[in-house]
Amino acid sequence: MGSGPQSSVGSTAWDGPAIYVEDVHKSFGDVRALRGVDLAVERGTVLGVLGPNGAGKTTAVKILTTLLRPDRGRALVEGRDVARSPAAVREIIGLAGQSTAIQEELTGRENLDIMGRLYHLDRASRRRRAGELLERFDLVGAADRPTKGYSGGMQRRLDLALSLVSHPQVVFLDEPTTGLDPRSRLAVWDVIREMVASGTTLLLTTQYLEEADALANEIVVVDRGTVIASGTSQELKNRIGGDVLQFSVVQRDRRAEALEAVSGLSSAEPLYDEETARISLRVGADGSKALVETVRRLDALGIHPEDLGIRRPSLDDVFLSLTGHGAEQDGDAPKRRGRGRRARIRRER
Amino acid sequence: MTTTKSLSSLVALDMPSQPKAHRLRLAAADTAALNRREFLIWMRNPAFIFFTVIQPVMFVLLFRYVFGGSILVTVPGGYVDYLMPGIIAQSAAFASFATAISLARQLQKGVIDRFRAMPMARSAVLLGRLTADTVRLVVTLLVILGVGYAVGFRFHNGAVPALVMMVLGVALGVTICTVSAYVGLAVKDEEAVSSFGLVWLFPLTFVSSAFVPVQSMPGWLQAFAKNQPVTLVIDEMRSLALGGPLALHAWQSAAWLIGIVAVFVPLAVRAYRRAS
Ligand SMILES: Nc1ncnc2c1ncn2[C@@H]1O[C@H](COP(=O)(O)OP(=O)(O)OP(=O)(O)O)[C@@H](O)[C@H]1O
Ligand SMILES: [Mg+2]
Repeated sequence: MGSGPQSSVGSTAWDGPAIYVEDVHKSFGDVRALRGVDLAVERGTVLGVLGPNGAGKTTAVKILTTLLRPDRGRALVEGRDVARSPAAVREIIGLAGQSTAIQEELTGRENLDIMGRLYHLDRASRRRRAGELLERFDLVGAADRPTKGYSGGMQRRLDLALSLVSHPQVVFLDEPTTGLDPRSRLAVWDVIREMVASGTTLLLTTQYLEEADALANEIVVVDRGTVIASGTSQELKNRIGGDVLQFSVVQRDRRAEALEAVSGLSSAEPLYDEETARISLRVGADGSKALVETVRRLDALGIHPEDLGIRRPSLDDVFLSLTGHGAEQDGDAPKRRGRGRRARIRRER
Repeated sequence: MTTTKSLSSLVALDMPSQPKAHRLRLAAADTAALNRREFLIWMRNPAFIFFTVIQPVMFVLLFRYVFGGSILVTVPGGYVDYLMPGIIAQSAAFASFATAISLARQLQKGVIDRFRAMPMARSAVLLGRLTADTVRLVVTLLVILGVGYAVGFRFHNGAVPALVMMVLGVALGVTICTVSAYVGLAVKDEEAVSSFGLVWLFPLTFVSSAFVPVQSMPGWLQAFAKNQPVTLVIDEMRSLALGGPLALHAWQSAAWLIGIVAVFVPLAVRAYRRAS
């Protein structure tokens, strides 16, 4: 406490982390959205903020982008204090919020052009920047159509492009892929990877462990306004027991043999589930190695496994092992991850 | 003018490092960019053109030909001459509806949050909106005036008072836009803003001298109708258009308009800063 980096306005002097958050609290009336959050993001790296609905992700992003003032604590972006010098923070950040801020009557190019005007770029620079970003985000073909007709994925990509018009040093993306189909999600991931490759510091929030895993160097898990775990995605997965290897064996009489064959592949015991006739095994971080070894051993015995594969731990698994209460807030639980799924995970143990 | 002065003093409060002239130039550029944005949006929006042009024209025709026959007035050219200043004021007031709705929608969609996280003059969103609305108002009022001429309306008091009347109509519209801007930013919900807009705009414009002489209303209603700002402004506009005692409501009208702007612009700016 109090021994963290000192804030400084002016980018030259600052050599602390690109984003630094210390003991930030924020309440809305009785709702305590953030209850003492600490974060540090090194320059040029990606932090994934992982949490369920209502965890406080958007509140944290809004504080860091000067849209909300913290009730207590300190938040610095490149050394600039969000509460004391918000204008200095706004100069160097880019934001893509949870809902897209594109204007649907305007074309993609016009949206980018207006952004460029708001950043006081001259005509030639606006045109060049719009061209570059349309190219990079694979929107050239649709550039001159009203964005009303864009698919969800295209709108999202344009929204990300809008947040980059000013070459921001630090970019905040609030749930950049929520609501997209798997293919569009992958396209957005590609775009985000490119942003990172060009040296931008990035903080992104997500409800998907898979997404944080794919994009982030470091992950913090937030729940009910506090950070409940942090580390690389590997470290987190190790903490929750890592990947799960699964397969079933059609030949009933050979199941015992199969169980025998895979035991010893990891420190965990293989489990057999009567109901689904499936064998499962926690294999830690190195799922693919275990997978290859399993195939080899079963093949040597002449056993043919079905539905063989590795299941990545989900947000549910993370929450279950970190908090014991699953990734759902009381009351506003989304339907997409039902109770049945969690029950199954329990049985596997 | 008081309006521009109080607005410019609100520009870029938290950018103390730059000289004032530079800040003002940037604020003007931001305002112009947002202005441009509004115009592009309007040009792509048929519904918008309907509300801007067709709806007011329908009102003119409706009152001129449907209700007009049964409303008795004592002005030079009959009801159509009485009606036009009123309908110009009423349309100007109703045009502000779009201001509130658009701001609430942009707030809900997160567009305003995006602007607030940018190094932009704090008043640019409001100023861009209000200047664009002013242009829209001028277009609407000119269309109405044209239709009015086609259905028999004439100015009786010379060109300069006619021009002043139109300016007063625009001023009334812009003034009510500032109220709408505050409502839109404070209420934040598009649906709520639409229903709420009708609740205050209808009484304000219809319980006035816009369409019928105030004397024809019951006594308790007259008390409100006679003294409310829309009536005062309309009476002044009528005197300008048709000839009459100009000084009668001139100061009161001006005081009301300036007073409303002076109260609601700071409120709207504050709501914009807090909105999230
Ligand atoms: N303006 C507000 N007024 C009142 N309560 C709020 C406000 N904003 C957020 N909250 C509450 O604060 C808590 C955290 O909200 P926040 O939006 O930060 O969560 P989140 O992690 O972004 O959730 P989601 O995944 O649903 O976007 C929630 O309980 C929410 O209801
Ligand atoms: Mg959120």
